Amino acid sequence: MELKKKILELMEHDARLSAKNIAIMLDEEEVKIQNIITGMEQDKTIIGYNTIINWENIGNDGVSAMIDVKVTPERELGFNKIAERIYRFPEVRCVYLMSGTYDLSVVVDGRNMKDIARFVSHKLSTLENVQSTVTHFVLKRYKQDHFIFDEDETDKRLAVTL
Amino acid sequence: MSGMDAYISDVVKSIAPSGIRKFFDLVAQAEGGIISLGVGEPDFITPWHIREACLYSLEKGYTMYTSNLGLPELREEIALYQKNRIGVGYEPKNQVLVTVGVSEAIDLALRALLQPGEEVLVPQPSYVSYVPGAVMAYGKAVPVETYDQDQYRLRPDSLVKAITPRSKILVLAYPNNPTGGIMQREDLEALTEIIIKHDLIVISDEIYAELTYNGQHVSIASLPGMKDRTLVMNGFSKAFAMTGWRIGYACGHPEIIAAMNKIHQYTIMCAPIMAQKAAIEALRNGEEQMRKMVAEYNYRRKLIVNSLRQIGLECFQPQGAFYCFPSIKNTGLSSEEFCAKLLIEEQVAVVPGNAFGNNGEGHIRCCYAASVSNIEKAVEKMGRLVKRQNNQ
Repeated sequence: MELKKKILELMEHDARLSAKNIAIMLDEEEVKIQNIITGMEQDKTIIGYNTIINWENIGNDGVSAMIDVKVTPERELGFNKIAERIYRFPEVRCVYLMSGTYDLSVVVDGRNMKDIARFVSHKLSTLENVQSTVTHFVLKRYKQDHFIFDEDETDKRLAVTL
Repeated sequence: MSGMDAYISDVVKSIAPSGIRKFFDLVAQAEGGIISLGVGEPDFITPWHIREACLYSLEKGYTMYTSNLGLPELREEIALYQKNRIGVGYEPKNQVLVTVGVSEAIDLALRALLQPGEEVLVPQPSYVSYVPGAVMAYGKAVPVETYDQDQYRLRPDSLVKAITPRSKILVLAYPNNPTGGIMQREDLEALTEIIIKHDLIVISDEIYAELTYNGQHVSIASLPGMKDRTLVMNGFSKAFAMTGWRIGYACGHPEIIAAMNKIHQYTIMCAPIMAQKAAIEALRNGEEQMRKMVAEYNYRRKLIVNSLRQIGLECFQPQGAFYCFPSIKNTGLSSEEFCAKLLIEEQVAVVPGNAFGNNGEGHIRCCYAASVSNIEKAVEKMGRLVKRQNNQ
């Protein structure tokens, strides 16, 4: 379990690390590391891999919104059923069950504000258990999943020091 | 006026310019795009909470001098830290001196202790400031060679051979820059009898102590009979990624600390208060981030040594600091030739081993405080050079 944890800690910040390098870093056999990673992919410990992209750099003006959703939970199923109804929509990026003044936090991506407005009014608000929604548009992304978007990453160190 | 050379002090003139000046000029001329494993500092930026503590202190108006010895609360934190780390207790009031980096502490100690002509034993390869530091204090540096096959530990017989009636100070700089060698408890225990017998004072430069990868760093000050004759020097540059803050300290016998403080008060006055404030935050709340950085270095250490061996360079597994010191003897090139070729032909900067003493010749210092991808790229490029050399 300790080894799994170490592998995941390494992969969490760099999914591209090869099994070979992880094996060297952890003093293990490459085959062993590869098998553990494959196992964790199969048992869904590792859900998937994606890339953190600054779409603005290629002139993509897509928009995102965080929507606070109040819902009526269903008897026996609680919030899970309604959450599923929401997360099945492909434009939904994240869904979290929240404590506090609303129940579900839904992050939605769209090409423009109209796209998102349409999603909220046509798809989300019309769900039977949804009582109300409050939509917050994302104006600027500063940091996501530990990565800072406009960080100056140039190496400011002198090339050689003793 | 021209011909100002006649005005320069003989002592300063006697200090040989760095043997690798030519190589430095070459690096300075190199255009961008080089991958550098030639640095002597972390690739991490100072953790944000430490930088933020400094900003807060500026906002609060902490812009004045401090006590010559340093802020009392910083000295208390340093004493506590040393008690926890090396198991040696120091009195914050008179046994701790906050300095502008360990570099200043070394200079102060050499000047405070040396009579003209007295000798300083410097195990080499070593960091470059001990030898000129001894000369500037009117002393004489005596190199003591350490060897690859001993993992660059200082051997008792080498030490004994180098001792003369004028020997006064032994410098122990472990974990070592440039080799990554460390001294374990038994290695240090083998030296203490000699040190006590010859009445030596030890300057123990422990700046890389937190970067010890298998087990805990052992300070010679913690061994029986050694506390009073050892000056423990440490700082924030490496462990807390704070090189540019220039903040370090010395701990030792009150009379030696007082003597060092005499020089410090007239030349420096005190370490900058903003750096001292940041250092307090580092010691109080910096351990978690520091451990993460050390864990990263440890991963990269294994990666770079493995990669260097794969391209055919012999490399002992460093146990501390963030350097490895592979041999390039099988390429038929000198250290400087190898580094110059590597820079010109492959745009990779590393440091020639002879910069750290004559017995560093035949080696290069590679710093692995660099990203995994840069380490991989740099070693791959180095591999191309090694292959070309071997095919000649």
